[in-house]
Amino acid sequence: MSERTAYSEYHPRWLRRRPSTYWWLERRAYLAFITRELSSIFIAWFVVYLLLLVRAVSQGDASYHQFLVWSRHPVVLVLNVVTLLFVVFHAVTWFNLAPKAMVVHLGRKRLPAALISASNYGAWVVVTAFVLWLML
Amino acid sequence: MAKRSLEPMLWLVFSAGGVASALFVPILVLLFGLAFPLGWLSPPSYEHLHGVLRHPLTRLVLFGVCTLSLFHGAHRFRFTLYDGLQIKHLNELINVFCYGGAIVLSIWAGYLLWRIG
Repeated sequence: MSERTAYSEYHPRWLRRRPSTYWWLERRAYLAFITRELSSIFIAWFVVYLLLLVRAVSQGDASYHQFLVWSRHPVVLVLNVVTLLFVVFHAVTWFNLAPKAMVVHLGRKRLPAALISASNYGAWVVVTAFVLWLML
Repeated sequence: MAKRSLEPMLWLVFSAGGVASALFVPILVLLFGLAFPLGWLSPPSYEHLHGVLRHPLTRLVLFGVCTLSLFHGAHRFRFTLYDGLQIKHLNELINVFCYGGAIVLSIWAGYLLWRIG
């Protein structure tokens, strides 16, 4: 996909029809694709939320408690519920496609896809357990 | 010498950020976005959280997770606009908005994590 679209004078006319703006509503797979793409917005939101928490903690006890009160606001809560759904969808689809992106050879044999997925899920469990241990 | 394209670098950061955000964000949003605000679990005390955040390793990991996730998000959002809405004629503007946003927020992340005392 080239970024620059240069038009030549005698360029042949494309026979392609421009797909509808709502092409992603046509099939379930397309909808899943665009949903996964939209997780990007929620990841960005969460980074901002996390940084606000970091800022509050660095400013002292009072700001930390102010942050905790703010985090109970219904709008923030709803946003975080939606974020959780999108992020889990991102994580699951990401780990499932990992074997397609990572082709690992051991000697002459290719490592089975299930093993690569499983190691990704394993890493997820380890990170989750570690964060829980650190925070609780 | 041919001009090197930045695209492979962006795709590399995209996948690194995909892994980082998939591993770290679900549990963090579950705890700090839901479990603590809703009172399912009691939030960590200020002293404890401050202590954890002050540790250099925590700051380093959080900086990595934040910047990689931001560039992952920027890259993905760029293609959401590109493919989803087919606004290809606005490419330059979209790139500046997406990657520019990621750069600005990464600098903010670095600043915040650096100065925790």
